[in-house]
Amino acid sequence: MVQYSRIRLDASFAALSDATRRGVLEQLGRSDASITDLAERFHMTLTGMKKHVGVLEQAGLVTTEKVGRVRTCKLGTRRLEEETAWLERYRQLWASRFDELDKVVEELKRKEKIDGRKKKE
Amino acid sequence: MDARRKNEPAPTENRTTVERKSERELIVTRTINGPARIVFEAFTRPELLKRWWAPKSSGVSLLSCEADVRVGGKYRFVFGHDASKTMAFYGRYIEVTPYSRLVWTNEEGDEGGAVTTVTFEEEAGRTLLVMHDLYPSKEALDAVLAGMEAGMRETFEQLDELVVSLGASSGR
Repeated sequence: MVQYSRIRLDASFAALSDATRRGVLEQLGRSDASITDLAERFHMTLTGMKKHVGVLEQAGLVTTEKVGRVRTCKLGTRRLEEETAWLERYRQLWASRFDELDKVVEELKRKEKIDGRKKKE
Repeated sequence: MDARRKNEPAPTENRTTVERKSERELIVTRTINGPARIVFEAFTRPELLKRWWAPKSSGVSLLSCEADVRVGGKYRFVFGHDASKTMAFYGRYIEVTPYSRLVWTNEEGDEGGAVTTVTFEEEAGRTLLVMHDLYPSKEALDAVLAGMEAGMRETFEQLDELVVSLGASSGR
């Protein structure tokens, strides 16, 4: 898991170290685009743009989908997935804390009942 | 035993919810089967806090737990496996309203950490707990959610495992 996230992180940094690729991300942030669109916009050959998109795709920053002869690129969902996963882990941590808290509260309640009875006696 | 069970109301499952309420806010809620007075006690007496704040499933234990629960009072929780590798969480209480509200700062981070507000709302002998974390900026909460912290923790855990396995093999 750690290895995996470190590789992911390295891939992200490598992907972001290039000005064209950062530009592509910015562009995709505004709207989805085909590789041809991107190649034109960045004054590049199709092959060159395909390479850049490949690097971004491998880093999980971009996803592509081929419909017919057109490959459309969009921003990756990785960030959202990580957020969802983090929230679930956090929820589980609190759920198990609260399960323990339940036990403490039950014990205090019992104790209070006994003490209350003692006072009445 | 079975007969008694039939007469008891079906145990309602108290679900824990977590929600990012806004760019800077995170909310955790849970209902506890007990009056606010008792739940508040479990939050404010260190010897009780110690019993539930580090559940076994979290994989770490609470090595020490100090909490001076009054306005301006400090708290310090130290987590870890042993004294050589620990992680401390600390801050101050900025509001203490018995049985209804607790506010504390989280100061262990590099920049300003979140401010945690816990409210205790009692209804029919049960208490709704709402824990609200307000982060200083969107970026601060984004960083937490991006798993920066969790990643670090996992790294430490793996190091620990490595140390343990090295120790075990050299002991043979």
